[in-house]
Amino acid sequence: MAEVHQDSGGSGSDFDLSQFYQIFFEEAGENLDLMEQMLLSLNLETADDEELNGIFRCAHSIKGGAATFGFSDVAELTHQMESLLDKLRRHELKPSSAMVDVLLESADASRALLACHQTGNVGQGPATVDLVGRIRSLVAGDAAGVVVPSKAVEAVVSHPSPVAVDVLPDATLSQVAATADGRRYLLIRLGKLDHLAQADAVAELFRDIPGLGEIKSVTPPDLAPDERVFEVVTTSSNEDLLDLFAFHVAREQVSISELDQTPVNAAPPQNAPVAVAAETATPIAYGFFDGAPGAPQPGAAGQPPAKHAVDAARNSATAPRTSNASAAPPEAATIRVAISKVDQLINLVGELVITQAMLAQNSRALDPAVYQQLLTGLSDLDRNTRDLQESVMSIRMIPMSIVFSRFPRMLRDLANKLGKKVDFVTQGEATELDKGLVEKITDPLTHLVRNSCDHGIEMPEDRIRAGKPETGTITLSAAHQGGSIVIEVRDDGKGMSREKILAKARERGMDVSDQLSDAEVWQLIFAPGFSTAEVVTDVSGRGVGMDVVKRNITSLNGTVEIESVEGYGMKVSVRLPLTLAIMDGMSVGVGNEVYILPLSSVVESFQVRSNAVSTVGQDSRLVKVRDEYMPVIELEKVFLVPRFDTEKTSDMMVVIEADGSRAVLLVDELLGQQQVVVKNLESNYKKVPNVSGATILGDGKVALILDTGALVRRSRH
Amino acid sequence: MPVILAVDDSPSMRKMVSFTLTGAGYQVVEAVDGVDAFEKAQSQSFDLVLTDQNMPRLDGLGLTRKLRDHPLFKTTPILMLTTESSDLMKQAGRAAGATGWLVKPFDPTRLIEVIKKVIR
Repeated sequence: MAEVHQDSGGSGSDFDLSQFYQIFFEEAGENLDLMEQMLLSLNLETADDEELNGIFRCAHSIKGGAATFGFSDVAELTHQMESLLDKLRRHELKPSSAMVDVLLESADASRALLACHQTGNVGQGPATVDLVGRIRSLVAGDAAGVVVPSKAVEAVVSHPSPVAVDVLPDATLSQVAATADGRRYLLIRLGKLDHLAQADAVAELFRDIPGLGEIKSVTPPDLAPDERVFEVVTTSSNEDLLDLFAFHVAREQVSISELDQTPVNAAPPQNAPVAVAAETATPIAYGFFDGAPGAPQPGAAGQPPAKHAVDAARNSATAPRTSNASAAPPEAATIRVAISKVDQLINLVGELVITQAMLAQNSRALDPAVYQQLLTGLSDLDRNTRDLQESVMSIRMIPMSIVFSRFPRMLRDLANKLGKKVDFVTQGEATELDKGLVEKITDPLTHLVRNSCDHGIEMPEDRIRAGKPETGTITLSAAHQGGSIVIEVRDDGKGMSREKILAKARERGMDVSDQLSDAEVWQLIFAPGFSTAEVVTDVSGRGVGMDVVKRNITSLNGTVEIESVEGYGMKVSVRLPLTLAIMDGMSVGVGNEVYILPLSSVVESFQVRSNAVSTVGQDSRLVKVRDEYMPVIELEKVFLVPRFDTEKTSDMMVVIEADGSRAVLLVDELLGQQQVVVKNLESNYKKVPNVSGATILGDGKVALILDTGALVRRSRH
Repeated sequence: MPVILAVDDSPSMRKMVSFTLTGAGYQVVEAVDGVDAFEKAQSQSFDLVLTDQNMPRLDGLGLTRKLRDHPLFKTTPILMLTTESSDLMKQAGRAAGATGWLVKPFDPTRLIEVIKKVIR
């Protein structure tokens, strides 16, 4: 267990281990994430072996790598974590929330230490002395109650490493240190057993392993049919025995108690080695089992295999029961690829889509009778291009669980800090979203979830007074709806108060009327600097936030809607396009120009009726659509489109909606709907007002994609 | 060229071992856990198996037992790489049929040194 500092022969190597650092950092990061996730979902009462083993394995794996690659601070900390987890998985300690806390903090500290190694700022990581101390006291805390002779772990840590022994005459005997008085008399009860042969296999261990001790089957009066009981004389600790038995019976099937007197007929072990003491005396970096298959012999190249094959066969007859069902899928099923390569691929497919569209457009004039084969080929190309595009886009799609998984930890810490009780429920974690969007949506979602916990969920006593369950619930869900993803943050807290928000808005000098619909009132909280929290907490209520949330989501072509019922909770729905790389657009013509409107913001379109348009002020015009007056935006004027054909005028109106408001665009004609490949204008040219991007049309011309949000805002001023 | 089966659930350890051995003139087949290793052992024989102990699905001891039960692997050297170097762990390794053990962390030079003792 405890050989972090043991001889690794680390000096004088010709190998440059640094080439493996990156892969280790990634792997350790994944292990830390996984560990955190498992710790958070760990039910202290019902934690099973599989979960505890899984968490243990994470720490174990990080420790192994960190020690190998020379990150001794990480190795030391994870070693301590491992020790605690080891006790937990052996059921020597009962998991407690203090343990989960310290393990989570240690995981954070490990992450920070690794980050320091990664950036070369060694020594600037967090101090871990306190954590190490806390873990040690937890490890020691209950150890007194468990009958385990001290393993002298510390002695190993500080022991100087001796020269490695080449071949041991016998792996067991070579390390014997005679300490006659380590003998223990135990009663070991095995049950409930599926097969009694399991018990025989355990008994056989004592025959197979020289020096383990003596075992004798006994029949106490209360013996159940699926139980076996043995009297054992050994010098090994319970821990080591359990370890050994684990190959045949599950830990919970074993109960070990000390006999208070020497069992009758039990001979004192003749050659019982104090294996544990021996270990501290000779930490050996490697060794071979004498006579084991393939073991080298001084002076002889080969092995007479016959006897050992028999041994091996007998040993293997007692079958591997160690197979663990927890089945982390072999990660050979995935490959790591630089995101830039994927983006390059997406770009190329984008070009292909454009080329295909151009071919399709140019072939329209061809006579099908003459060019039948060519046209068939083109239609195949169309289909294949679309399939290819879909497949390539799916590479960038990652499940929302990546985002969701960070919230349980955050909420746990936050709720603890605020003294609130919160259950966190997630739905639709498997819903996929473009990686770029996932990264950008994480911060706004974090803010919304924090808000729900901070401002939404009430203190437990308030909840009870309001007749609600003491523990509040925050639900985070994701689902696909059409070409969008809808992410909802719901809580069953106190909801928002219409009066308070209106009062606050007036206080801030905003001109609001009492006639506003609820939806419009809720939208007020997105105003810059607007915060309804009466007391500004250090958690979320600094008065920055909701406006930033809104801006971030809008910049992703998304929308935010709020529903709230005072006293019952609220729901914030974020709607996002699935990807930023392609978009369903509606193309409209103005003069000789073509513009693309995101289809998601188009509400309806109609022919202009002159009597519906009224002019207000100098050159503002309003149109009445279904009893609602909307500002008219003349694209011709916005973009100063030159008119060569003086006959033609704009006579189509398109109603667009953004940020909960509507406006009407005046255009010449509607050209159609199509999927467009979005090209970033800023990276190719520069930022242009009212334009969010550009695309290349089938005929090779560039069309601008309109920023409907900016246009609507502009019309409202 | 001797072929070595390197079994470890940690990608960085696998890569390190594999790089070290390839550099020393061995051919390396990697496996991500005991189950993967045992599958690979069905279709190919190896001159040496290097296995980690603590792995999901099937650990090093379990793998060793299964391999020893397989006609191709009765005498193949099997080295366990383990951080758990308690005597009983070693004895369990011996009982399972392992040839020897090497304590983690280890140095690449040490690894080759040990391997040269069992592969000639």
